[in-house]
Amino acid sequence: MPRKLAIPFTGSASMPQPERTAERRPSQSKGNRLSQFFSSPKTREQPAAQPALMAMQSNPVPTAASTLALPSILLSSAAVNEHTHDESATIFEPLDSTETSLQRRRDAQFGPQLDPAHSYVSMHHGEPLEAPVIDEPPYYYVLTTYISYLLLLALGHVRDYFGKRFSKKPLYKTLKASNGYAPLNSDFDSFYTRRLKLRIDDTFARTTTGVPGRYINLLDRVSDNFNESYKYLGTTTETLNMSSYNYLGFAQSEGPCASAVEDCVQKYGLSFCSSRADAGTSELVCEVEQAVAEFVGKPDAMVFSMGFVTNASTFPALVSKGCLIISDELNHASIRLGARLSGAVIRSFKHNDMADLEKKLREAIAQGQPRTHRPWKKILVAVEGLYSMEGTMVDLPGVLNLKDTYKFHLYVDEAHSIGALGPRGRGVCDYFGIDPSRVDILMGTLTKSFGANGGYIAADKVIIDKLRSSNAATMLGESPTPAVLMQIYASLKIITGDLVPGEGEERLQRIAFNSRYLRLGLKRLGLIVYGHDDSPIIPIALYNPAKIPAFSHEMLKRKISVVVVGYPATPLISSRARFCVSAAHNKDDLDRLLAACDEVASILQLKFSTGIAGGLKPLPEGVTPETEAAWRKANGLKSVEPPRWSLEDVIARGATDAKLRLR
Amino acid sequence: MRARLSELHPIADMDLNEAQTYISASLHSLFEAFQRVPGSAVLIRYVRSSYQNDPIRSAIELILVIFFVRYLLSPSYPTHGSNYIKLREDEIDELVRDWEPEPLVAERTAFEESEAERIPVVVGPTGPKVKLGNGRTVTNLASYNFYNFNASESIKEKAIQTLRTYGVGPCGPPQFYGTQDVHMQTEADIASFLGTQSAIVYAHAFSTITSVIPCFCKRGDVIVADKMVNYSIRKGLEASRSSIRWFNHNDMADLERVMAKVAEEQAKKKILTRRFIVTEGLFEMVGDCSDLPKLIELKERYKFRLALDETNSFGVLGRNGRGLTEAQNVDAEAVDVIVGSLSGPLCAAGGFCAGSADVVRHQRINALAYTYSAALPAMSAVTASETLNVLQCNPDILIQCRENIRAMRAQLDPRSDWVVCTSDPENPIIILVFKPDVIQTRRLSIEDQERLFSDCVEESLVNGVLITRLKTTPLINSLGPKDTDVNIQPALKVCITSGLSKKEIEKAGTTIRHAITKVMTRKTNRLSGSGS
Repeated sequence: MPRKLAIPFTGSASMPQPERTAERRPSQSKGNRLSQFFSSPKTREQPAAQPALMAMQSNPVPTAASTLALPSILLSSAAVNEHTHDESATIFEPLDSTETSLQRRRDAQFGPQLDPAHSYVSMHHGEPLEAPVIDEPPYYYVLTTYISYLLLLALGHVRDYFGKRFSKKPLYKTLKASNGYAPLNSDFDSFYTRRLKLRIDDTFARTTTGVPGRYINLLDRVSDNFNESYKYLGTTTETLNMSSYNYLGFAQSEGPCASAVEDCVQKYGLSFCSSRADAGTSELVCEVEQAVAEFVGKPDAMVFSMGFVTNASTFPALVSKGCLIISDELNHASIRLGARLSGAVIRSFKHNDMADLEKKLREAIAQGQPRTHRPWKKILVAVEGLYSMEGTMVDLPGVLNLKDTYKFHLYVDEAHSIGALGPRGRGVCDYFGIDPSRVDILMGTLTKSFGANGGYIAADKVIIDKLRSSNAATMLGESPTPAVLMQIYASLKIITGDLVPGEGEERLQRIAFNSRYLRLGLKRLGLIVYGHDDSPIIPIALYNPAKIPAFSHEMLKRKISVVVVGYPATPLISSRARFCVSAAHNKDDLDRLLAACDEVASILQLKFSTGIAGGLKPLPEGVTPETEAAWRKANGLKSVEPPRWSLEDVIARGATDAKLRLR
Repeated sequence: MRARLSELHPIADMDLNEAQTYISASLHSLFEAFQRVPGSAVLIRYVRSSYQNDPIRSAIELILVIFFVRYLLSPSYPTHGSNYIKLREDEIDELVRDWEPEPLVAERTAFEESEAERIPVVVGPTGPKVKLGNGRTVTNLASYNFYNFNASESIKEKAIQTLRTYGVGPCGPPQFYGTQDVHMQTEADIASFLGTQSAIVYAHAFSTITSVIPCFCKRGDVIVADKMVNYSIRKGLEASRSSIRWFNHNDMADLERVMAKVAEEQAKKKILTRRFIVTEGLFEMVGDCSDLPKLIELKERYKFRLALDETNSFGVLGRNGRGLTEAQNVDAEAVDVIVGSLSGPLCAAGGFCAGSADVVRHQRINALAYTYSAALPAMSAVTASETLNVLQCNPDILIQCRENIRAMRAQLDPRSDWVVCTSDPENPIIILVFKPDVIQTRRLSIEDQERLFSDCVEESLVNGVLITRLKTTPLINSLGPKDTDVNIQPALKVCITSGLSKKEIEKAGTTIRHAITKVMTRKTNRLSGSGS
């Protein structure tokens, strides 16, 4: 399917219409800053962004208004100048080639919105959060999946058995004791890597270059030795990026964020070369922490230079021996490592199952600590806001109900949900309309929605103050670099609307629309889709192990990069492909993906949904979801019929239906 | 009611008859089918005869069968501990009502509070001179900015170019489209700089070794580690679940004793597990360096692998800053695992692990902090490549830094009555601890020493020199009850930079020395020291 490029002239054609200028301002601002950057790099240091950002840093509260006004006044006046110039020149002047290529470059990082109607506000509408229906394919697929794995495992073991005894290949050398050394990694530990992952290794760790925005450039590579090593061909392929955690589209090398970062590097240099407790506490990091705290709705916050470490070092600082951590079974590796290093007892509950959590809590409180039966010092329940492999959201109202009864402390890891969920992008609390003060610790990463790196912990001042003097990563680990800090700060200010007003809102509403549109479209095509409706993580089921690389390759052929995952990141049989939707995508991109999925799913026999999880035909006039059951009975419709929409219908109806309640 | 029943009765009766015939017919057909199975006749005969002749025996057999089925269906592990107490629901409710958890965090101690207030806030860039939040400009001897690469315009320019090509974050873990060509370049640069086969770049230096150790060492493996290893290594050892043996700090004889013991035990039991020595290049807690040639000799004799944490020595030791291997003329390939930092003197961010191709490949999918974390920002990767290049092409800056170290040590170590320097003469992080006789005569506890050094830092800052203290609390808190012989001493940390002239360094050294003297001769301190 050919890629649809935005026509470069549409922007200029709509320019003279005065009522549209308000919407256009953000993109205009980018162009303006950019041209400023390219035309006179020397003069940049004095005028625009620098004083604004400096003003923001030194005293943010009083100058909030000026911050808000300064860039926009500058930009709009600049925009007006351009207008008059355009209008005075009556002869049609096409954009010169450099401008076209720059526009193309900009669009490759952040796609233009095609229609303002393609937006939706991500929020919960009050009803209790139900676990998404898990659809299952016919038994044929389940059975063949098991047989495939059985074959793969058997073949792998046979090859290992003979290889270790007879082969001279270096691969087997690391598995055998040699020269008195035990093997570096035992054959059991590395079996999965060698015998399963290696077969499909070319679908992982594809090397990229450039900005991981709307499109991502892959370095073309081939392997002559079954993925042992790769030969790079020296060429690149531009693919549609459905793989990066670039939820709000802040992976950009241009625009207000990048300009702010550039100024920041000029001013602060590359690093603070020190830990926070030594000399790494810059006023910049304090400013960012305050902004993060304000954003998530907590009194105080601290930022770390890596999301993984945020979890791994905070759990040991919060709980210790005599405490209990009850953790969702699908929690991220960093939570599990942190929990293990803390010395507390760890138990897990079934993914998002509140009944099971309650059972575990009652048992824990009733029985107390193992052997001594002493009451637990404290119980910390750890959940994630949005689960990265499932696309499910935590049932936060459910957890908080239990919290009132059982008095545990709650730790919510918003690695994926911050920025991606909620009408104001402030994570699961915002999404469910819950006061953040009811959650004890809000943790999140700055890698994903903010396009930066690192993580944060937000909580009450007392907690943060204590953590600052007890968290090892703060005392000993490196502090975030200035560039990363400014990226966080600038993107945060765009989301809140303090910088380039309107753009943050647009981004938030675009990702919410995109998520629902793509999810609905995939369901209607007949694929099994996991997760909650508003989640920007959209996994689809593949089942058979051979379909993992096949799906990835077919998608790559259609110039789309997707993430595929299999065992052990998922349960053995439900290997999946995952799409991460971004605000940088527009409807054309998603349609292109839907078309590709339609083709590939037909080739790979992936259209096996039964319809119980959605994607059904719309209800006729006059029938509401509440009266659906009665209508079905009256018309003698017993079971749902499997949804197998044609691509044309999916695309034609998707934009309006995505904003309704999905079915 | 009765009338209805009698009405229904004949129908029910009829149904019953029909059902009976149906059941007998189906049983008959089932029986016939069973008889067709080969060997079924024998079984039937056996069951029939045992049932007729010995009902007790058949009963026992039936019980056995039931027990067997139940055993098969029961979970293979105990669902509850041996002392599980079954409680009624209302009893549990009461317990739930009564249970009062502790607050999530304890109160800050007075010392922690004063320490938090004393953390200097730097305004603007870090460098040899920094501006603080209170408006004063002071000499900065607290950052690891040894060569002042942070001020280099050309490296900044390179970083900005990268920003304009790659943006800031790679927005994904390395395995999922987070690996960028610049990361591969940096990995290749590190490997060729060190002279190892391969290298892998992590996004965070502090957690690199914590992740590398459990990647290779599993339950049942043996690790021999130096007693003074830093916090990250200790956490890595903890996470590995291996059996840990300790040897006295930098005591090669003790190391040999422990290694010989391990080798002997394993030879006796006829098992061969992975065996690792874990130690540091320049010790974070003490500042001295390991004897690498001896370590290599021992490791090869007893068939151990060596993991060397060069976080503090990479970019510091050796002619070009290649670390301990270069300084002590050891081939880097002789060390199995080298871990280092890109975030200190290199002014980038992240850490790395260098070693053979197998060692590196194994980490790409098995090291937690690599697989489950976003990749390093491209800007930092490029910065690391650039600064490595500077080190390689321009070793003079190391010489200049070392001259400054010498100048500073001359001001502190022999001249001060109170402190002694434990760090290596080439270590730009000068570690100063109290002299043993000072501790003895004043009977200084660990807390006293921490407090005194904190006052020294404060006093020195008042006089315009920013230094810092070794942060020992995380490490001391993480020690178990068995680690009584780990003697971690509070210390002052003075970080040298080549961005200052020798004169300035000497002046700063004098300031520090006077600050220490002033704090130690304060009346209150003298009294509290002898009083306690």
